[in-house]
Parts: sequence; structure tokens; C-alpha cells
Amino acid sequence: MSGVVTFLTRRRGGRGWHWTDVVSWLWLFGGLVIMFGPAVWLVGSSFKTPAQLAVFPPTILPYVSQQAAVEGYDKPLTLYRVKLPDGSTKVLAEARRVGIVAQMVDPQAPNDIVKINIANRQPVREIGFATENYTEPFVHFDFLRYLRNSVFVTVMATLITLLTNSMAAFALSKYKFRGRDLTMLLIVGTLMVPLSVILVPLYSVVGAVGLLDSLWGVILPTVATPTGVFLLRQYMLTIPDELLDAARMDNASEWQIYWRIVLPLAAPALAVLAIFSVVWRWNDFLWPLVVLSRKELYTLQVGLNTYAGQLNVQWHYILAMTVVTMIPVVLVFVFLQRYITSGIAGTGLK
Amino acid sequence: MGRINLTNIDRAYGRMKILHDINLDVGDGEMLVLVGPSGCGKSTLLRLIAGLDRPTAGRIEIDGADVTDVSAAQRGLAMVFQSYALYPHMSVRQNLAFGLENIRMPKGEIDARIAEAARMLEIAAYLDRRPGQLSGGQKQRVAIGRAVVRNPTAFLLDEPLSNLDAELRISTRAELAALHKRLATTMIYVTHDQVEAMTLADRIVVMRAGRIEQVGRPLDLYNAPANLFVAGFIGAPRMNLLPVKVRSASGGEVHVEGPGELSAAIAADGSTLRPGDDATLGIRPHDIELSDGGKGSVEAQVTLAEALGPETVVHATIAGDNRLVAVLKSQGIETHGRPISLALPPKRMHLFDSAGLRVASR
Repeated sequence: MSGVVTFLTRRRGGRGWHWTDVVSWLWLFGGLVIMFGPAVWLVGSSFKTPAQLAVFPPTILPYVSQQAAVEGYDKPLTLYRVKLPDGSTKVLAEARRVGIVAQMVDPQAPNDIVKINIANRQPVREIGFATENYTEPFVHFDFLRYLRNSVFVTVMATLITLLTNSMAAFALSKYKFRGRDLTMLLIVGTLMVPLSVILVPLYSVVGAVGLLDSLWGVILPTVATPTGVFLLRQYMLTIPDELLDAARMDNASEWQIYWRIVLPLAAPALAVLAIFSVVWRWNDFLWPLVVLSRKELYTLQVGLNTYAGQLNVQWHYILAMTVVTMIPVVLVFVFLQRYITSGIAGTGLK
Repeated sequence: MGRINLTNIDRAYGRMKILHDINLDVGDGEMLVLVGPSGCGKSTLLRLIAGLDRPTAGRIEIDGADVTDVSAAQRGLAMVFQSYALYPHMSVRQNLAFGLENIRMPKGEIDARIAEAARMLEIAAYLDRRPGQLSGGQKQRVAIGRAVVRNPTAFLLDEPLSNLDAELRISTRAELAALHKRLATTMIYVTHDQVEAMTLADRIVVMRAGRIEQVGRPLDLYNAPANLFVAGFIGAPRMNLLPVKVRSASGGEVHVEGPGELSAAIAADGSTLRPGDDATLGIRPHDIELSDGGKGSVEAQVTLAEALGPETVVHATIAGDNRLVAVLKSQGIETHGRPISLALPPKRMHLFDSAGLRVASR
């Protein structure tokens, strides 16, 4: 514990508080709250009941009101901490409520009814998890089907992305041909065109080739990514040409050079692109929503949208399922972020 | 067999011409060394022979067959690269096997060839390591091993020793010479180090700016350089070159005069020279001797004397700004600013005409 305190209050030079210490502490702490706050709130709220979600002011942790079975009443009664007129406090159960006056009973002596103004009482709450937010969708909502669709889209799109992008990057980095730099420029230039601009033409194209309302219609338009081609090309430029020449002397065909020499050596960059691709495809919402219309083809992100109806939004389910869909992405970052940083660094300078 | 013939080879990149009309015949089993300063086109020439690059014009033949348009793989040659170019993601064994697997050689034969090469190059102990775990010298052996297992018609070596430290370079050089003797396969070796060229070559090709300056056996190049460039390039320290004027020339003897009362009668075919022509006199530092003055000697000012033990390297100037380097057998040369008397034996002199070409000895 003292180690943690020493760590958190570590200062420049070790003596006194320089203003930069204060600023950097506030900066880092503020960043922590801004970045982690919503995630923590999301996870906390995903365990709340619909009633709890509506409570104001909102809480980070999920609470449930404590209840007790009281003799003479059929249902369990909600417990309140009550401030009595004589100034003492006592835990009482609410029998019924009329306007701003509640009729309370002592669970130990159920026959005496005390009338209390509701301003003078606080519900007794304890931390409790509404796990049915998680279990219910698995039963009523087609979670597993959506999960399967999402996994299929993510895996196939990532594999095809890696293959096509690395082949393009190989050609653009290792062969000299007329118009190579222009081609590269065009590919990178498409980065400036957002999806919303090409959404309608893309929809017509996908419709014309008959891929509407199929998972391949979600996968194929997304596999050629300018970012991926650029990332891999920059990395492949660092692979010495002499290696390729050596392979040519070793009777390797151009395909073998790509498959057995360049691809294994570009593994760090491929890992980065794979991570990116998984995250992108997993989180895709707009494009699948446009292409898919049959419910059994929905991916998780589109499926989640069905909880937001026209008249009411089932926040408790949305929050819980959002947490579930976040898990793979979080795991990817936790375990592979080492590759992301080293891979991105490696593609630029080396 | 491993005869390689190059006829009228040109190579240009756009308007830039790298190689000009190269003609070269490499005999079977020969160790031919291409030497020249960086940028002279020697590596380009090697890549043309390898098939990694195509000539703009000309013909390449291997054992009489025209291979000008044949791919690198089909030429049956093996190359050792300057950076070794070992596949970093494969073990040493996989590196050696890669080329053989590509021609679908049976597994048993691949293993036998690797074992043989590993024994010969003493790399058996680290066959299962990756190139990243090897030292520079070990990588070098593996790179040579990768060429050896292919059993090629000829080896092409592109500055294979330039990434090694000085000591290792000398021992590896000796090993390469021994390997060439044992395999008796044609080797074409590119280097910019004239010592490597002198010690390894059966024949040396001196190149400059995309042209062949001279082809010959090492000692022939040393003793009779065809022009000023070869004279300056072969031999260390460099040959001294002094500007002289022809005073008289005949079929058998050329009399020249130069700076610092230099006057010499050189036995050379002077029939193309006229009295009054400018010429260049060359003499190697090792051929200069200490003299006690008198006829045939020049007076020089010592600027620096490096005592190496067995010999002393004297840097001197004659008549102002003509620099002269002499390697003298004696010790105890006075340094800095002292006058010294040096004898330049006429028999050891080389004479070059105003175009820089050697005036043939008689």
C-alpha cells in the first residue's frame, strides 16, 4: 500500500511539489477518468435493473434495495432507513404509501404503523448484480447466432484482407513498373473518401452482383483497405532486395518468394493489420446494417440495435450485450498491444 | 564445365550508361576477380551474369549456350551476396535446403549435400540455429555453403568479405582460396580491395566507369600496368606518378627530365613520342632506394616518416608540390623538413604517354 502511495506521489527530483508535478498528475488523472470512466460506468450499469438505471443521480456501482419478509404481509417489503421525529434513526419497512406520507412498520413489531414523511427516509441499498441482463438475452435473444455471424465476418474478412493487401503491398514495394507510385498514391488517396460518401453507389454495386442480404456482401467490400496496403508496403520496403535476389538464384518462383520469404518476414506488420482488421470488422455497424435485412444474418452490432425499439429502449440489455461484444476487442488489445506498438514503429523507421 | 563468355555487353538505366561494351571470357575453373572503385559497374556486371538483371545489348554465353534471356534460376549459377542475404526466418539447415527443395530434389540427397557442405565449411555445429544467432564469420560460411550445396557451374561472389573485420577477412580469404582449389569450379569475384584481388585471382579485371581497363594475371598487372589508372589502383602504397618532359626518344630508349633535377633514360619503345612531349613517370614506393646523392638521384624534403619496423614509409615532396612516397628498408630516417636523397632506378620506372597509356617496355 505504501508502495502505491509512493508511486502515485512520485515527484520530479523527489523534493517538494514543482508545478509540473501538479500539472502532469492532473493531466494523467484526468485522462484516466475521461478514458476509463465511461468504460467503468458501462460495466457497472450493465448489472443494473431497469429501475436502477432510471435512478437520479446515477451511480457507478449497481445497487438493489434491500427487502425483508414481514409477518402479516404477503410480499417482501422494501427497507428504509428512517429519521424518526425524536431524532433517532431506525430501519423500517414500507407497508404502503399515500402521497408524501408512507406507512412504515418495524419488521420486529409488525403491528405498529408509523407515518413518516418520505423526505425523512432513505432506501437501504446494497450492491447487487442483475445478472439476468446477461442471461436473459442468451435465452430470448439470438445471441449465439449473431455471435456466429460476427465471428464468420471478422475471420473471413481478416484473412482475405491479409492476403490481398499483402499481395498488393508486395507488388508495390518490390517490383518496379510504370505508374507504381501513382497507383500507390491513388490507393492512399482513397483514405480521404469516407464510407458515408460511397454508401449508396456501393449498395448498388453489391446489389447488382447479388450479394445483398448475405454475409459475403458484408465481407467483400471491406477487405481492400488502403491503410493495410500502406502499412504492409512500408514494412516490406525494409526487407532487403538482396534476399529476393538470393531466392531467385535459389530457383524460387515469384509466388514462392512472396509466400516463403516476404510473407514470413512481414509477420510483425501482418500481425498489426490482423489486429486492426479484427477490431474494424467486429465493430462494423453501418455497412452490415445497410446490407443485411434478414434477422438471422445479423451480426452482433446490428443485433444489438434491435433492443432500441421505436417506443422503448431496453437499456439494460443493450448495456450488458455491449459489454459482451467489447470483450474480444479488449482481449485483442490486452494481449497483442505489444505487436501493435512495435509493428507500427517498425513500419516507419528501421 | 563453367565457361562464361560476355560479348559487347551494354547496360543503361534510362540515359545513364553503366556498362560500355564489355567483352570478357572466363575460363573453366578460373578464379576471375573484378576489381575497381565503387560505382565502376563491377557489381552490375555480376548481376548481369547472374541473370538478376538484363543487358541492354550484348550476349552472355555459359558453356557455349546463349543465356542472355534465360532467367537467373535456369542458369545454374550460385551467388554469395555482400550482406549474405540469409533468410532470417529459417534455420541454417533450411537456408541451405531452400534452393534444393525448389528444384524438387529428393529429401535424402538434400540431407547428404547439406552434410557434405557442413563438414567442408565446418558449420555442422549450428545447422539448427537462425542466422540472427550467428557471428559475421559464421554467416559468411553459411552463405558460401548455400552456394556450395547447389553444385553450380560457377560461383558469383559479390564483395563477400567486406562485412568482416580485418583479421577474419584474411583467414576467410585463405579459406576461399582453398575452397576454390578443392572445388575447381569457376568463380567470379567482385571486390574493391586490390589486396583481395592480388591474393585470390587467377586473372584480374580492372574496371573503371563501366569500362574494362585491363585484364591480366595479378603480377602482370603489377609489373606492367596498361595505363595510369591501373598503375595507381594496383599496389599499395600507390605508385608514385611524376610529370616529366620527353627530352629525346628513340626505338630503344626514352630520355625524360622531371622535377627536382630528375633525369632518367628509360628502356622503352619511344617511337611514338616526340621530344618536348608531356609524359608521366611512374615508380613504385618499394622500388625507391636511399642514396648518397650523385647521378640519378633526386633531392626531396621529408614531410613524414612512418617507422613500421621492417621498413619505413617516407612521405616527401620534390621541387615544391610533387609528392613522393618511398618505402625504405632502413630505419632511423630523419623526419620533417629534412632533405633526403633518393635513388629512382631507371629499370623500375614505368612510362605513360600524355594520353595516360603505357609506353611499352622494350
